[in-house]
Amino acid sequence: MADIAAHRASPSPFRAWLSRVGQGRHLLGLLFLLPAAVFLLFFLTYPLGLGVWLGFTDTRIGREGVFIGLENYESLMGDSVFWLAVFNTLLYTIGASILKFALGLWLALLLNQNLPFKSFFRAIVLLPWVVPTVLSAIAFWWIFDAQFSVISWALIKLGLIDHNINFLGDTTNARASVIAANVWRGIPFVAISLLAGLQTIPQSLHEAATLDGATGWQRFRYITLPMLSPIIAVVMTFSVLFTFTDFQLIYVLTRGGPLNATHLMATLSFQRAIPGGQLGEGAAIAVAMIPFLLSAILFSYFGLQRRKWQQGGGD
Amino acid sequence: MATVDIRAVTKAYGATPVIHGVDIDIRDGEFVVLVGPSGCGKSTLLRMIAGLENISGGEIRIGSRVVNDVPPKERDIAMVFQNYALYPHMTVGANMGFSLKLRNAPKAEIDGRVNRAAGILGLSHLLDRFPRQLSGGQRQRVAMGRAIVRDPQVFLFDEPLSNLDAKLRVQMRTEIKELHQRLKTTTVYVTHDQIEAMTMADKIVVMHDGVVEQIGAPLDLYDAPANQFVAGFIGSPSMNFIKGKVDATGAAAFVTPSGARLPLERLPEGAAGKDAVYGLRPEHIRISPDGVPVEIVVVEPTGSEILVIARLGEQEIACLFRERLSLKPGETIHIAPQAGVTHLFDGATGRRL
Repeated sequence: MADIAAHRASPSPFRAWLSRVGQGRHLLGLLFLLPAAVFLLFFLTYPLGLGVWLGFTDTRIGREGVFIGLENYESLMGDSVFWLAVFNTLLYTIGASILKFALGLWLALLLNQNLPFKSFFRAIVLLPWVVPTVLSAIAFWWIFDAQFSVISWALIKLGLIDHNINFLGDTTNARASVIAANVWRGIPFVAISLLAGLQTIPQSLHEAATLDGATGWQRFRYITLPMLSPIIAVVMTFSVLFTFTDFQLIYVLTRGGPLNATHLMATLSFQRAIPGGQLGEGAAIAVAMIPFLLSAILFSYFGLQRRKWQQGGGD
Repeated sequence: MATVDIRAVTKAYGATPVIHGVDIDIRDGEFVVLVGPSGCGKSTLLRMIAGLENISGGEIRIGSRVVNDVPPKERDIAMVFQNYALYPHMTVGANMGFSLKLRNAPKAEIDGRVNRAAGILGLSHLLDRFPRQLSGGQRQRVAMGRAIVRDPQVFLFDEPLSNLDAKLRVQMRTEIKELHQRLKTTTVYVTHDQIEAMTMADKIVVMHDGVVEQIGAPLDLYDAPANQFVAGFIGSPSMNFIKGKVDATGAAAFVTPSGARLPLERLPEGAAGKDAVYGLRPEHIRISPDGVPVEIVVVEPTGSEILVIARLGEQEIACLFRERLSLKPGETIHIAPQAGVTHLFDGATGRRL
C-alpha cells in the first residue's frame, strides 16, 4: 500500500495535474468537447451573431455602420421586391420539395425492385448529387438557353412547337425552369435516403400482408408508407432546408431575373449586400429567413419524435 | 379446412434444382411436420404451398383446387413466420384484424373475431399494445392469433419457435398442439428440431437435400426408420451407427472390425457377408455381463439418466442408462442391445435391411 501511494504521489506537478484532469470526469469531458466547441463558435456562432448584428446596423461596404434598431426591417416591410422574394422562396421550396418527394419516392420504390443492373442504376442515380452545383447549373443554363436549348430543338424537330421556348426570359417559364433544375439536383438525396429506409422494412412483412390479402397498393398504403414515415420526415426536413436556402443554382441560371421573378431570399440578400454594398440590409434579409427555417426545424422536431410504435423494449 | 396434395413438386432457382419431385398427402385436419436439416428444402416447400414461391414443376392442390397459379391471397391459408412478421406500427388488435380490414369486414365482425382469438390465446389484455412492447412468447401468440382470426383452410408454420428460449419453446409447443386439437385446422409445420416434430406431429415428413426420405407417424419413424439418414435424424441422442460386416456363420451376428460380435435378431435376405451399418439407439443399450466390452470415455449425468460415451474398437458409442450407475472414465463395461430394437442398414446405400 505504502509503495503504491508513494508511486502515485508523482513529484512532477505537471504530471500531478495531468492525472487530476484524467480522473476528473467533468474536466476530461469538457476537454474533449473543446475542439468541437471552438469549431462551432468560430464557424457557426460568430458568423450568425455577426449577421444578426449587421441586420441592426446601416453598415455599407467600406463604411462602419451604426446601430439603427429595426430600421432595416421596417424598410423591408414596405419593400415589394423583398415580399416577392419571400413569395418566390416559398413557391420554390414547396413546389420543388413536393416534386422531389414524389419523384424520389417513386424512384426509390423502383430501385428497391429486383431490377437487372441494380447497383449500376443505384450508382447512376447519385450523379446529379455528386456533380458540383455550379457545374450542373451551367449545363442547365445551356439546356434552357433561349437560342440553343436542346429541349426547344428536340420539340421543334418532333414538330410539337414551331419556335424556341423562352425558358429563362419569361417569368412563369423561369420559375418552372429553376424548380425543374433544383428537382433534378435534389432527387438523388431523397431517392437514396428513402431507398435505405425501404430496405429496412423486412420482406416478411410484405409476405405476411400478401397472405393477409393485401393488394400491391394496400401493401404500400398500410405497410410501406407508415413504416417509412420516420425517414420521410427526416429526409424532407433536410430537403426543405436545402431548398429554402438555395443560392448557387439561381445565381448561375437567372441571377434572380427576369423581373425578380426567381429572386429567392438568399439571392436577394447577396444582391443587396455585396454587389449593392448595403451589408446591413442584406444581413437583415438573411436574418428574415431564420423564422422560416426555425419553423421547419420545429415542425420536424415534433414530427420526428419517435412514433409510439417505435417505443418500448428492444427485440 | 382442407386436404393438401403435393404431387411431384419440383423447384429450381435458375439451373439449380433444390426440390426434386416431392409427393405428400395431407389429410383434412392433419398436423403434418416437415423436418430436416437446414437447406433441405422444407421452408421452400412451405412457401410454395403459401404461394410465396413459384412451383417449377408438379402440382399442389388445396382442397380440390390446383393452386399452382392461384395468387397467395386467394389460397385461403394463413402463415406464422419465423420472425413473426408482426406489423410494428399496428397494435396487437390491428395486427390480428388486418386481414379482415382488407376484406372490408364490418367493424363489429372484426372486433368479435379478434376478441375471440385473443381470448383463445390469452391476449385479451394486450390488444392495445404495440409488438415492440411484447415479449417473445406474446409476439408468437399474436402471430398465431393473426392466423386464427382468418379461419383459413390451412395453417402454415415456418419454424415458429426457433426464436424462443428453450423453456418457452416447450410451453409454446404444447400451446400450438392444444390449439390444433381445438380448431382441427389442417396444419403444415416446418422445423429443424426433431423433438418438435416428434411431439407435435400426426405425420412427419423427413426431408433431406430436396427429397422426402420418409413419411410416417412419429413412432413409426422412430421404430422403423427407412434409412440411415432418418435413423440418425429422429431420436435424441442420435442413434449409434457401427460399421462392420454381417456374419451368417452359426448364430447370425454383426461383426465389428475390432472383432466384437453384436446379436442380430434376423438375417435379412442376401445380407450375409455384406458390409453393413448396425444401428443402435443409446436408450436401447443395457449393461449385461455377457455383452460386448467397451471402454468408458466420458460420463454425463443429467439427473434423470446418465449418458455414457464409450469406445468399441475405433468407434464411439453413446449409451443412455436410466439407472444410477457409478461409472468412471477408463472403466470397461459390458453392453448389449435390448431385444427387438436393433437396426441394420446397407453399408453402401444406407437403406434399411
